[in-house]
Amino acid sequence: MNRAKPLELDSLDRAIINALQGGFPISAHPYADVAKDLGLEEQDLIDRLRRLLDDGALSRFGPMYHAERLGGGLTLAAMKLPDEAFERVNAIVNGFEEVAHNYARDHELNMWFVLATETPERIAEVINEIETATGHTVYNMPKSHEFYVGLRLEL
Amino acid sequence: MIEISIEDRTLIELICDGLPLAARPYQVLGSRIGMAETEVIERLRNLIDGGVIRRFGVVVQHRRLGYTANGMSVWNVPDERVREVGEQMGQFEYVTLCYQRPRHAPSWPYNLFAMVHGAAKDKVLEQVQTIAETLELTHVERDVLFSRRQFKQCGARYGCKGKVDNEPCKTA
Repeated sequence: MNRAKPLELDSLDRAIINALQGGFPISAHPYADVAKDLGLEEQDLIDRLRRLLDDGALSRFGPMYHAERLGGGLTLAAMKLPDEAFERVNAIVNGFEEVAHNYARDHELNMWFVLATETPERIAEVINEIETATGHTVYNMPKSHEFYVGLRLEL
Repeated sequence: MIEISIEDRTLIELICDGLPLAARPYQVLGSRIGMAETEVIERLRNLIDGGVIRRFGVVVQHRRLGYTANGMSVWNVPDERVREVGEQMGQFEYVTLCYQRPRHAPSWPYNLFAMVHGAAKDKVLEQVQTIAETLELTHVERDVLFSRRQFKQCGARYGCKGKVDNEPCKTA
């Protein structure tokens, strides 16, 4: 995938994305329903969606789940690592299958990642395992309140 | 919390990679597991009503569309104001996620997190300043953490459960 420069979208692409960031019908002919609202043919909408997914403009098309209601555990975690330890710890942390979205960020707490586990109890166990394996503290920052989960940007 | 049946789980596993790009996607899904289209539709509607599925739809790949800067703005809001401020912060169009999280004194005094997206770092900082002024938070301790490098998008275990309330997650 070419990540060098941003994709060019036409106004119809943008209209499709803006409409579908808000939801998708659960009906027998959902593409036809959406296409009608946008003044498109059903097949044109399907073709454009396929292209937007192939080009990487869209990362996903489908359901967004609520981890806790699915029975799983989810948290945000951070670590404070000296420069010389960063690469070593990073390799260990990324080796855990429960770790996702690992970013280096500009702060004293310089490594940030998400932990997603099968059960809520497993979060504490994984944190413990990471601390044991790396010798560094993991700062656990589970959400205490959720104000907004939109993940949408008007294009 | 709603009960999730074995049939629901099967369906959840089936759609976590995405919805088929076919005229009758729910029929296509049902045919793979011997479930009628009407039952697929009914179960999915129940999962949405019960909040297990937040929504159906697309998730944009911000970076691919020119939103190359994502700043995690963090704020030390007095506890008695954090609920009210959090609700308002989530309303800004460039905020995609907003959560209250625990402080870890002394190295981490912040209790409110808002992910802010923009075309460039400067733009993100400008938007954060606008938030601060609008919500009368200019006197509140804050920081914006930009990502320098991304090491891992999705974990193996992230799979289906990973398609949750987080940044877009493209299966590697």
